[in-house]
Amino acid sequence: MLEIKNLHARIVDDGTEIIRGLNLTVKAGEVAAIMGPNGSGKSTLSYILAGREDYEVTEGDILYNGQSILEMDPAERATAGIFLAFQYPMEIPGVATMEFLKVAMNEQRKARGEEPLKVPEFLKRVKEAAASLSMDMNMLKRPLNVGFSGGEKKRAEILQMKLLEPKLCVLDETDSGLDIDALKIVSDGVNALRSADRAIVVITHYQRLLEHIVPDSVHVLYKGQVIKSGDKSLALDLEANGYAGVIGQAA
Amino acid sequence: MNMHAQPQRTLAETALIDAFGERLSLLPGDGAVMVKRDDAIEAIKHGLPTRRVESWHYTDLRRLLTKVPAFEAGAVAKALAPILEGSAVLPVLNGVSQTKLPEIEGVAVQRLSEKLTDGSVAPGLDPYGSDDAIGALNTAFVADGYFVDIADGAELEKPVELQNLQAGGQSHVRLLARVGAGAKAVVVERQTGEASEDGEALISSVGQLVVGDGAEVIWLIVQEQPDTATHLAQFKAHIGKDAKLTLFVMNAGGKLVRQEVVVRTTGEGADFKLRGINLLAGDTHTDTTMVLDHAVPHTTSTEVIRNVVTGKARGVFQGRINVHQYAQKTNAKMACNTLLLSDDGEFSTKPELEIFADDVVCGHGATVTEIDHNHLFYLMARGIDEKSARGLLVKAFVAEVIEELDDEALVEALEARLDGWFSTHG
Repeated sequence: MLEIKNLHARIVDDGTEIIRGLNLTVKAGEVAAIMGPNGSGKSTLSYILAGREDYEVTEGDILYNGQSILEMDPAERATAGIFLAFQYPMEIPGVATMEFLKVAMNEQRKARGEEPLKVPEFLKRVKEAAASLSMDMNMLKRPLNVGFSGGEKKRAEILQMKLLEPKLCVLDETDSGLDIDALKIVSDGVNALRSADRAIVVITHYQRLLEHIVPDSVHVLYKGQVIKSGDKSLALDLEANGYAGVIGQAA
Repeated sequence: MNMHAQPQRTLAETALIDAFGERLSLLPGDGAVMVKRDDAIEAIKHGLPTRRVESWHYTDLRRLLTKVPAFEAGAVAKALAPILEGSAVLPVLNGVSQTKLPEIEGVAVQRLSEKLTDGSVAPGLDPYGSDDAIGALNTAFVADGYFVDIADGAELEKPVELQNLQAGGQSHVRLLARVGAGAKAVVVERQTGEASEDGEALISSVGQLVVGDGAEVIWLIVQEQPDTATHLAQFKAHIGKDAKLTLFVMNAGGKLVRQEVVVRTTGEGADFKLRGINLLAGDTHTDTTMVLDHAVPHTTSTEVIRNVVTGKARGVFQGRINVHQYAQKTNAKMACNTLLLSDDGEFSTKPELEIFADDVVCGHGATVTEIDHNHLFYLMARGIDEKSARGLLVKAFVAEVIEELDDEALVEALEARLDGWFSTHG
């Protein structure tokens, strides 16, 4: 589903190269975890997948279902089924959350040639998704993410993911800022989306999240490259011994 | 009007002076009113204000007012459906008030032409300050309008909507209101019209409001003139003891627009809120100028102006807050935020605080920004295309001011006006 081939990318503003020859393949139905020390390029990778303009791909390619997405803007990628759950979701004053959800869902439907959702059906879907994440509907009456706690923002991201039903989900440190209970709720929300036709990329610092969302593969990112890949035991190994050993082997 | 001798009258100045000579016999007014009219035309004879006059620095009226259309007595304007359902509508059609008016409980309405004829409004025709060109223009030519008197203690169930609907040519209107002690009212002031055949229109409109002790008034000015119209307007208010006035001004039209807001707190505990939205497009010029006097102790005010500038539009906000020497414990805050969406657009902001009291809290801030790219990315990352995402963010920028009104019907009605503007200018 996702094939990243020899990807090189830099920050547009200052030319700093962050991704330096990254290769990664994630199949449909797979949950892939990307781990790595601070500054290894994890968040940058998630932004590049979503199409953020602050980064420029200088070499290599990203294929989604066999097609390059490099020329697609963020909205086109999203309607094609790529979803990024942000590490730091934006607060957008003045944009009502419900209005935002409705516009986003209907724009995606429009792009797929589907009819817009009728209001009762829209409300039903939002209510069900919110209930499954133990979210208070009153929260959704506020402007988008404004005044939400860190944990509430993360839940709101997963809520959006449930409603938009993407095919490739990229979760950027969704566990940060969550207490144990919230971590469980959010993880359950993600696990409910696991399916044979969907791939999930989980970016995280810690093994903790991977106890709840058990990955099929684990990849260690360092200095903009995948330096080691393995199964879920690799995450346990990293938790026990730190990154130093893996980095030492690669060097 | 100013010390500089004008070398030669402009076409507009000459047209106004000639028009006064022709109109004089048609204008209502007793002796006192006619004296005010003479004084006013004298002021115009001294010349329209230029950029050398400080309060007109960003709106050089003498240069910008290039043409003055004739009066079009035969033109027809039709009353509009009110923006808030169920409102009592008081229309002024092509400068003329109507005889058949709705009955409103607790409210007495008089045609202004009658109050000019009997001279009872003469004292209110005086200019404020030395550069009151809009006041002078209006006093010289005003023929009609309404006087709305809301009884003490009356709590109006439905809003009153004053409609000033021009039909091309010139119209000069006054809309006066007294809100009695302890009364509560929502008043909408609509300023709009159809573009006439040659497209030219010159409108002057002066609103005067007295808010009685303990009264609460929300006054909404919705200006949606065609982009061929020159709209020169003034809103003057006195706010009594423990009274609250929220003034909402939305400018979403006009070729050359100046909306002056002149407010004075006259009783302790008075509170004033100004919320303004300027939606500017095309090759237009829109000026909002406020002069607020905190004239007694313990009064409060906040002013928030949000501007969206597209095309070659030019906008101005001047906000002057005078805190008088005895007006201790004044609390005043002013903010003017502009979203500049075009390289050819511009917005000038001039906040002025003149404080003679020593125990006050006053502040002001101004920002000019573009659309936040992080916000844009977030919305697009959810599949909202760039154009729609930009639209959502621009609307959000101004909608924040509307949502503060905290009244669902009002918010919905104003957001509908916003949507109307965005659908034609978005």
